[in-house]
Amino acid sequence: MELTDTQIERYSRHIILEEVGLAGQERLLSARVLIVGAGGLGSPAALYLAAAGIGTIGIVDADTVDITNLQRQIAHRTADLGREKVISAAEKMSAINPDITVNTHRLFLQADNIAEVIDGYDFVIDGTDNFAAKFLINDACHFSRKAYVHAGILRFDGQMMTVLPGETACLRCIFGGPPPPGAVPSCSQAGVLGVLGGVLGTLQATEAVKHALGQGTLLTNALLKYNALDLSFRKVPVRRNPICPLCGDAPTITDLHDEALPVCDLKEARP
Amino acid sequence: MNVTVNGKATETEAIALGAFLTEQRVKSPDQVSIELNGRILRREEFDSTTISEGDQIEFFYFMGGGRGAY
Ligand SMILES: [Zn+2]
Repeated sequence: MELTDTQIERYSRHIILEEVGLAGQERLLSARVLIVGAGGLGSPAALYLAAAGIGTIGIVDADTVDITNLQRQIAHRTADLGREKVISAAEKMSAINPDITVNTHRLFLQADNIAEVIDGYDFVIDGTDNFAAKFLINDACHFSRKAYVHAGILRFDGQMMTVLPGETACLRCIFGGPPPPGAVPSCSQAGVLGVLGGVLGTLQATEAVKHALGQGTLLTNALLKYNALDLSFRKVPVRRNPICPLCGDAPTITDLHDEALPVCDLKEARP
Repeated sequence: MNVTVNGKATETEAIALGAFLTEQRVKSPDQVSIELNGRILRREEFDSTTISEGDQIEFFYFMGGGRGAY
């Protein structure tokens, strides 16, 4: 790949970095990143990865833009209300950087379609808000040996972990599986500080860029815990769990399945 | 007794893990995964687990309980 003069100018602040350089920018331009969810986490990740010149970005979402999204889902504007989120996000990404290819996947990932979708990408960003999707992405990335970064946000808290399947701790190493229905509140029930999506989503984008560049140390075997009120970041070491049902010594999950989505009945709950 | 909870030195009166969760204002054991001295506890172990002096306890919360829309 030969960068044009315009590209050299566009990416000059990257290229001047010793750890990136022309070769690194070329790696970014040939990288393929899938963002699942064009929402609170996915929006900032999508905009920054587009700006960074990640050459191929896939964005998955079946939803349309709702007014309650606009408090945090910064890829969408008031004028986008009712429009498909993937289209709305793709427009903003291409407007920032026409160099890149944006693939829109207007669907919800399920056990029967996820392998096919993630197949075309080198790195996956979990920007979803539900446990069925989170564990499905974890499992699919495990079976496809695809690096991915998990994140979750709720109220004033966020968490994140990068997983190199078969090598480092996965989501099921820590949580086993989804909580019982109703045990954990959702953002719509418990609220979420809008800017949390920006904090965690841009950190996820950073992991994707580092992975593409082959630079630095990924957030593996550690869960990052962030609290906005204390402004505290803690990197809590975790290990692969020998009793993990997916990547442990005697796995009980040997193929993809859909976890049940909870019916909403919030018991009083706050983390 | 002195323990470390989520990286913070903490004093506790609780012995049983259940009582400890209540004391730490964990609303329901279903909301957390618990690591005790570097090992993630099985849910079935929660009832029989006791806390000892010097224990390192970490709560990992489930985050992201939406219903399908991202
Ligand atoms: Zn695992």
